[in-house]
Parts: sequence; structure tokens; C-alpha cells
Amino acid sequence: MRKLSEIKKSFLASIWFMFLTFPIMVIRVNPIEKVVEWRWRNMVFVGVGSFILSFVWRYMIRQKESGLKKNRADDRHKTPFIQRVREERRLFIPLIAVLSVLGVSFPFIFSAYQVNIMTTALMYVVLGLGLNIVVGLAGLLDLGYVAFYAVGAYTYGLLNHHFGLGFWAVLPAGAFMGALFGILLGFPVLRLRGDYLAIVTLGFGEIIRLVLENWNDFSFGPSGIANIDRPSFFGAQLSLQNATVYIYFLMIAIALFTVFVVNRLQNSRIGRAWVALREDEIACEAMGIDKTKTKLSAFALGATWAGMMGVLFAAKTTFINPASFTFLESAIILSIVVLGGMGSITGVIIGAFVLILLPEYLRAFSEYRMLLFGAILVIMMVFRPQGIISNVRRTYKFAGINISGEQSK
Amino acid sequence: MKPVMEIKKLTVDFGGLRAVDHLDLDVKEREILALIGPNGAGKTTLFNCITGIYAPSEGSVFISPPGGGTGTINGLTPNIITRKGITRTFQNIRLFPNMTVLENVMIGRHCRTRARIAGAVFRGKATEREEKATVEHSYHILEKIGISQYVNEFAGNLPYGAQRLLEIARALATEPFLLLLDEPAAGMNPQETGVLDALISKIRDEENIAILLIEHDMRLVMSISDRIAVMDYGKKIAEGTPEEIRNNPVVIKAYLGEEFVA
Repeated sequence: MRKLSEIKKSFLASIWFMFLTFPIMVIRVNPIEKVVEWRWRNMVFVGVGSFILSFVWRYMIRQKESGLKKNRADDRHKTPFIQRVREERRLFIPLIAVLSVLGVSFPFIFSAYQVNIMTTALMYVVLGLGLNIVVGLAGLLDLGYVAFYAVGAYTYGLLNHHFGLGFWAVLPAGAFMGALFGILLGFPVLRLRGDYLAIVTLGFGEIIRLVLENWNDFSFGPSGIANIDRPSFFGAQLSLQNATVYIYFLMIAIALFTVFVVNRLQNSRIGRAWVALREDEIACEAMGIDKTKTKLSAFALGATWAGMMGVLFAAKTTFINPASFTFLESAIILSIVVLGGMGSITGVIIGAFVLILLPEYLRAFSEYRMLLFGAILVIMMVFRPQGIISNVRRTYKFAGINISGEQSK
Repeated sequence: MKPVMEIKKLTVDFGGLRAVDHLDLDVKEREILALIGPNGAGKTTLFNCITGIYAPSEGSVFISPPGGGTGTINGLTPNIITRKGITRTFQNIRLFPNMTVLENVMIGRHCRTRARIAGAVFRGKATEREEKATVEHSYHILEKIGISQYVNEFAGNLPYGAQRLLEIARALATEPFLLLLDEPAAGMNPQETGVLDALISKIRDEENIAILLIEHDMRLVMSISDRIAVMDYGKKIAEGTPEEIRNNPVVIKAYLGEEFVA
């Protein structure tokens, strides 16, 4: 009975689609021979295709709903797979071993092109982790994150161009400039929340880009800065091939460093204050947390990583112009955080790899790749809105002093 | 007993509405003072004013904590007031639902700890020690309040009564000398209210702190309060021991109703 009504609904959906796509899929005017082609075959494809998709969609929704009902009962006892991997040494150590062997051998197995893509993905891991501090932990929706990326990139670009400073000298400077601009943005938006905060940060991102685009004397305008030095290896300049590999390993080191720092921050006094701020601002203040300091520290620490990545980006591409720092970049980084799961380090790492590598490896599908990419995002948000890995908080055991939380369950 | 907080001629205006009107109130050391009154009498506004969420239009709040540091607290931000030793719970529960129970209490320790960003990253000896102390202290409070079995659960998943208790635990973690409870028994069943009754007295006795509470459950109010203050239309209309309040005709007319006449 239920099946029948589902089929009926899918059938109606397919009729709708055939009707809607009729003008573009069926009718074609051939202006040369001045005839109208009626491509009825396409209509059949659309009809059958949308029928099947609609049916599958309904089926999955139903599965999800029945799954939810079942899950609610035993939710507390089920640990997600990824958390289990992290907790059980038997799974965790081999996984880390495989990943590190893969990571080290990667540039020697694959071409420079692949290494470049992987470096980019790692850069987005760091950017995602940085934005994760602001959006995922502190709950401040920042749509202008790319501004700090630009600040870092131009810090290196300009210092290198004018003073010939090298990558290693500017890397901390870029991080510092990122933090500084983070605080600069933080001050005016201290009182804002949610949508308003998002709009102002969006504006801030655009301001930085527009300034870079129009202030020719300072930033060389749309033509950008070219011939930026690649990172030197203990003072020696490397060939392009070697530099690619070098930057790859550099990026792995920075990504590991980021994971280390963000992980420690997240489970510290400051990190808890961030999460509390996200959860309830009024209660957070009433518990003695300084809202101003907490917000500014989140903005500053989030922007630090963007500043650092900006320097690396400039060094990697050796050319920067404002076109690299559009809102789309912010949106991608934000998608990484949301897709991966707000506040989850592992989630953000997976999210970054998925979002950066997927469009690259979908190139086989040529013009459909963006369509596929969009579809994956939509499906993800419908079936797992909390992200790949949902909010996981650290648990404590009190076996030594008292009854443990686990046993008393 | 000397007062730990003196409210003098406190007035709060919202546009043309006077929510609290020249109110005087003292809270003495180690006392449980209940604040009662009809809905809209200005009780929660008074709380918000004491804890710095609103600034008073007139009047002052003067504190003299047992540990020293006397002074007025008007115009200070909520976090500073909490640090000075006045903490509250909320009428409509305001926990951090996606943090664990223990973490909720650890947030309360925030203003009594000092680890900074560098400490968090490098995790030196001092930070480690502080973090360990925070965890242990927080767990100890959970045990005292009687909800330690939930330690690693998300606060949002707790039963309602336990959430109310967690709010009190979180407030206690800030080491207050004065605890403000805004309708702690709201929505609790009689059994849970009984537990709460014993708990509030226990907190006062063991922690040596003063408690100011807003409550509508008259049985609870009459049984635990040392004194009761009654508010109506922003003004204090009566103050005294439970016995005095029970027999005060003004209070009966404004709030209690005839059935409470002994």
C-alpha cells in the first residue's frame, strides 16, 4: 500500500520534471535550417531518470527516519566508528602507520601534479581548522575568513618584493598579521551575533579584497605581485620539482602542528570558554567568562592560521592577486567546517580532503563535476546535517578516586 | 549577623515601565532569603540587575563579601560580578547543552583559574596541575549535588530535574559568597522538590554562603527560608520570617490567597 503511494508520488514528480524541462530538453530551434527539432527521446530520459531518483530519494528518507527512531533508544551506548578508531589502540596505531607511510611516500609515487593537489588539500585542512576555532568552537559565523588569508599572502608578497625577506622570516610575521587583523575585525563585531555577524564579516572580507584591488601604489592592484620567492631549504633555492616536494612536506608538518595546537586549545580552559560562548552567551557571561576576551581570542587564533597559510600560498604559487581571495574561498572553507562537523578536528580534516580532492578527481566527468559536487553536498546536508563527525566532547574517567561515569551507566 | 549584600533604593525603568521601584533589601551572612511575589512583580529583573545583565536606573547594590573586597557593583559586567562572588541560576534553564555535565561545571571554574593560550598549547606543569584540580573540584561538586552519575553525558540529554541541579552545581563552582536561585523548583515533581529542599539547606550549611531565591512553591519557601521578602509591582511590600509573612494581610491580599491563612 505504502509502496503504491510512493510510486504515485514519484510518478507525479517525474511528470512535473518532464513538464518543467520540456522547453530546454525537448524543443530545439535550429537557426540555420530554420526548423524546430522535437527531441522526444530526451523527454523519456528525463521522465525515467527523475522517476528513479525521486523513488530512491523517498526510500532513503524513509530509511533515515526509521533509523532515527531505532537509534534514539540505544544512542547512548553506540559510539561512532571514528571515535572508536580513536579510542582503540588496536585500530588507531595501524591507521596512523598506514597514513604516515602513505603521506611520506606520496610525492615519490605520484606526479608533481598530484603532489600539488595534495598540498592544496593540506592547506585547506589548516584553513578549515583555523576557521573551526571561530565557527565550530566559538560559534561566530565568519564569512570573511579569506581576508586573513589575503593578509598573510600580501604580507609575504610585499615584504618579499620590497625587502627581499624570505619565507621563513615572514611565516611568523604572516601569522602575527593574521592575528592582528583578526582582533581588528573582532572589535567592531563584539556586540553582533548570528546573521548580523555574518553580514559584517562578509563585508570585511570584501573590503580587504577591494582595497587590494584598488590601492595600486600599495598592492599593485589587480595585476598582483609576481616572482615571489619559493621557500628556501636552509638557504638554498630549489628547483621547481624539488620545491613542490619540499612544500608538500612542509605542509604536512604545518598541518600536524595545527592539529596539535588546535587539539590542545580545544580541551583547555580557553577552548571550553569558546564552546560555552557558542552554546549560550548570557549563561557564559554569568559564569564569569569575559565575553570580549574570549571572542577576540577566537578571532585572533582563527585568523593566525589563515595568515600563515596566506604566506605559504604566496610562496607556493609565487604569484598573488586579489582574484585569489574572493568570497568563494571563504565559502569553501566554511563548507569544509560545516561538512566535516563543527568543532571536530577529524571531521574538518576529512571535510577538507573531500571538498578539495573531489572536484579534482571528478574531472573525468568534465562539465558534470560541479553538478555532482553540488549533489553530494545537498545529500550530505539532508542525511547528515551535523557533519561527517558530530560534536564529540572529551570524557573523563574517575575510576581512581570515585565511581567512573562508564560503570554507573 | 552582618549583611553581605545591601540593595539601596534600587530602581529599574524600561521606558515608561518601572519594573523595580526604590527597593531596599539586605541579605545577611549564611541566610536563606526567599523573594516571592506575583508574576511580573520584578523579581527576575532584580536578579538581572544584581548580576549585571541590566544596569539600574537609580540606587545601588553594595556588597561586603566575607573574604574582603567591599564596594558597589552597579554598572559592572556580569563576568566581573561573578568573579566578585555573586552567581545565579536561571529561571529557564541555561546550560551548555552540547557540553558534558562535567564540562559545564568546569566552565564555572573558569573565573577561578588562570591558564592562558600559551599555557593551553605548551601545557606546562602549572597548567597541568590547574587542569587536574579543575576536573577534580568539578567532579567533587557533582558528587555533592548528587548528579555525578551523569558526569560524561551531554547536559542537554539530562532529565529536567537533573538539569536544574546541574545549574546549581555550575554556579557553586564559581565559589560564590551569595547564590541567587531563580525558581529552582519550577517544573519539578514533589519528590524532586524534596531533594532540592534538603540540598539548598545543605549548601548553605556546608559552603557557608548566603542564598537568595525566587520561588513560587510555597511549601519549599516556608520550610527553608530564614526570612522572606515579598514584592509586588516592583516594590517590597513585606519582609519578615515565614511566620510573619504567612499572617501578613497585605501579602495575603497581593499574593498568597486565603488558603494560606493559618
